[in-house]
Amino acid sequence: MEPVIRTLVDISGSHAALQGKADMMLERARWASTVFQRYDRAATMAIVEAVAACADEYAGHFADWAVRETGFGVAAHKKIKNELTARPIVDFYRDDDFVNPRIDEARKIVEIPRPAGVIFALTPSTNPIATLNYKALLALMTRNAIVFSPHPAVRECSVDAAGKLMEAARSAGAPEAVIQILDEPSIPIIEAFMGSEKTNVILATGGTAMVRAAYSSSNPAVGVGPGNAPVFVDSSADITKSAKRIVDSKSFDNSILCTNESVLITLPDVERQLKQALKSAGAHVCDADETERIRRFLFHDRGFNVEAIGRDAVWIAQECGIRVPNGVRILVTPITQIGVEERLSREKLCPVLALHVAKSRDQAMAQARAVLRLTGAGHSAAIHTMDERVAMQFATTVEAYRVVVNAPCSQGAAGFATNLAPTFTIGTGFFGRSSVGENIGPQHLIHWTRLAYNSDPAEIFGDYAGLAPGLDGPLPEAPSDGVPGAPRSDRPASQPGSAISGLDSATRKELRRLIAEELRDILRN
Amino acid sequence: MSQEKLEFLARSKEFWNPGKTQDWQDMGVDLVIDRREGYYLFDMDGRRLIDLHLNGGTYNLGHRHPELVEVLKAGAEHFDMGNHHFPALARTALAEALAACAPAPDMKYTAYGSGGGEAIDIALKTARHAAQKRKIVSIVKAYHGHTGLAVKTGDERFSKLFLSEDRDGEFIQVPFNDLDAMEDALKARDVAAVIMETIPATYGFPMPQEGYLPAVKALCERYDALYIADEVQTGLMRCGEMWACMKYGVEPDIMVTGKGISGGMYPIACCLISERCGGWLHKDGFGHISTMGGAELGCIVAMKTLEIVQRPEVRTMVRYISDYLRSGLEAIMAEYSDFFIGIRQHGVVMGLEFNHEQGAKPVMKHLYENGVWAIFSTLDPRVLQFKPGVLLTEADAEEVLRRVEIGIGLARDEVMGDWRRMI
Repeated sequence: MEPVIRTLVDISGSHAALQGKADMMLERARWASTVFQRYDRAATMAIVEAVAACADEYAGHFADWAVRETGFGVAAHKKIKNELTARPIVDFYRDDDFVNPRIDEARKIVEIPRPAGVIFALTPSTNPIATLNYKALLALMTRNAIVFSPHPAVRECSVDAAGKLMEAARSAGAPEAVIQILDEPSIPIIEAFMGSEKTNVILATGGTAMVRAAYSSSNPAVGVGPGNAPVFVDSSADITKSAKRIVDSKSFDNSILCTNESVLITLPDVERQLKQALKSAGAHVCDADETERIRRFLFHDRGFNVEAIGRDAVWIAQECGIRVPNGVRILVTPITQIGVEERLSREKLCPVLALHVAKSRDQAMAQARAVLRLTGAGHSAAIHTMDERVAMQFATTVEAYRVVVNAPCSQGAAGFATNLAPTFTIGTGFFGRSSVGENIGPQHLIHWTRLAYNSDPAEIFGDYAGLAPGLDGPLPEAPSDGVPGAPRSDRPASQPGSAISGLDSATRKELRRLIAEELRDILRN
Repeated sequence: MSQEKLEFLARSKEFWNPGKTQDWQDMGVDLVIDRREGYYLFDMDGRRLIDLHLNGGTYNLGHRHPELVEVLKAGAEHFDMGNHHFPALARTALAEALAACAPAPDMKYTAYGSGGGEAIDIALKTARHAAQKRKIVSIVKAYHGHTGLAVKTGDERFSKLFLSEDRDGEFIQVPFNDLDAMEDALKARDVAAVIMETIPATYGFPMPQEGYLPAVKALCERYDALYIADEVQTGLMRCGEMWACMKYGVEPDIMVTGKGISGGMYPIACCLISERCGGWLHKDGFGHISTMGGAELGCIVAMKTLEIVQRPEVRTMVRYISDYLRSGLEAIMAEYSDFFIGIRQHGVVMGLEFNHEQGAKPVMKHLYENGVWAIFSTLDPRVLQFKPGVLLTEADAEEVLRRVEIGIGLARDEVMGDWRRMI
């Protein structure tokens, strides 16, 4: 009979067990980060490149898996996202050095990078692998260790993907366990991780509840709120191009990027032309009855219908009993109001785009502000215009920290169709009750010790070129004495009865006396 | 020292153990352990010590590990010690958990003691029954406990006092790492078993030379003796594997684990027995009886201990702790190279060797004064037992090195004279 492990007394749900599991993973991460901080830039970048290559290699594999596991999203688009969060992220930051000290001769200041240490990172169900790739690479660029907690809906593919990234990192020489993933995430254990004093910073991407929990944890957190991007198509815009970009963006991965356009606002003089252009680009513009069906389907009393997340336009239309051609990419629902009374002006992580026609530019701006007041403050907005004064007015009006101009917002706000920093964590800043207002990058996972000289010109600044102590690389493996094939100590310890200890105490006393005498002579002379 | 502690020490001498109480005072260690938590001990006067002794690995997972406290509390809602006469849920469950991680595939039974010595006695009795021979071979300066048979395998320091040393030639001792002596002891084929600490702890962790332990096992096979592995101090992941003998490529016939298996929370020790040595369990299962051996609450705690040490995180941490401390200790050794002359190491089982026949004692004293508790090796006081736990945090490891550097420096000055101050 084979032995069976029985748990006679199950404490797995206890605080002690949950905190114990969290702290053990975090302490392992602490060890990994401690060793990682001994790595120089070349060794660090070799690991980063290897992990990026691995993420790139498996982009399609995990895109398929994520769609299979969640039942939503578009595998081809997820593959693109997974690829974008591999090599392009590294390329974007390639010239930034997060390892060596920065010397500012003029200000007589040296800045020494000090990694956060242990990052606890949450990943969402919507962009599971892209977020995983991206956060792992940010952590590695800055020589931090990272512990992931995947959304339960994407647990399996996330655990496998994190394992592959860790293996790639390890093969490239990274310290063991520099990337870890919690294989059985649950709310109580996530709270244990977030509240642990072993966590240095929480990188929270996910629902509002999770982000607020991160900020309430007592640990430093970079948490980002939900999106609900208004997109304004001004009369001055190239309407055809605008419509095509919006449809492309809104249908990308069935709209589950939080940067997707949620409410399209335009003006009466271009309304008809815009609707036509949207249709040409693959949109179905709904009538009032169809809009009502969609409204009822997407929003329950409890909130957004999670069944609809990441579903394609044809599926949603079918569920709502709306007949649409098979190639339809997005559903456009005209709405007359914006605010609490119109549910369709809320965030919709599916290819349904609300369309509102404002009376004037000023009113359009106010409506765009209202969209973000409802939800999505600090997140993203987009404008299509040929008039920079309109763009400027829009950007200073809306409470968003990124306003994408003449580009698809899904990709553009995340830095993939603009020159913004490529990201899968959109800082929603003070507007969105977050600590960071820009696209989250490696710079947010590191602080700098500033060595600051006396500003008095009489005090000369030192020569710091080439000084970067402590970059000694991996720790040498400790010997396992007597184990075949194990590394050996450079200076083997003597065994009992060795020559060194063989000196009797009289001899040693005599030796000590002679040495002391010699020293006294030296001192006297 | 507080008045309260002085009074307590007087009572300790009066009612508990006058000799031991006084010996510590004489060695400059006035420790009375009060509060304890993780790898910290707090003296009754409030001073904190980082525990690198762990009472021989008993506190491998730290003092009062929260999960062990929890499982003991929860266990007490249902279990007590149990009744040794009957099949018992917890005893069988722990035996299965041990069989699943045993160092040899046919090692399936577990007999229980309430402490390591008792479990060693069970091992020796089991071997004698299986081999139908009486002689036991152990290592010079070995330490296997203080019970009837165990004490005879060890140094006479602990047996003569009680007139309990072997007088019948049944207990033979041979030097460690000496295969010729081992073969001489075994070749008459009248030896029941060789008992080996995989790394002799109380002797200051001299390391087995490469090939020594497998060769001893091969000699046992050649001369019909059984091999008993004493893994009390080396098991439970302390050498980076569940049992250290696995690292050396030895599959013992019988194995003993104690101390750490209890988590320091409920006394228990275990003797794992292979099928071929388990004859008495078939012939007369009542042959060995222990009311408290295998107390079911102890089994509950031990199962949790086994589960914790087998987590993948622990394996990684042992490597990190070993590498990190080694690296730091080598730097300290370079600094005090005339005094601190060697490191014996396998995982977190370490011995620091000093260039003086009693060198580890002043080191112990100065470490104690600097907030670290590590003990000299009773049977080789040149060597300090340096035994961090498998869950040592990075912050504590750094603290240990900082304090050890200071402590060893002070001990060196005391032993060798302070040349630098003279200059």
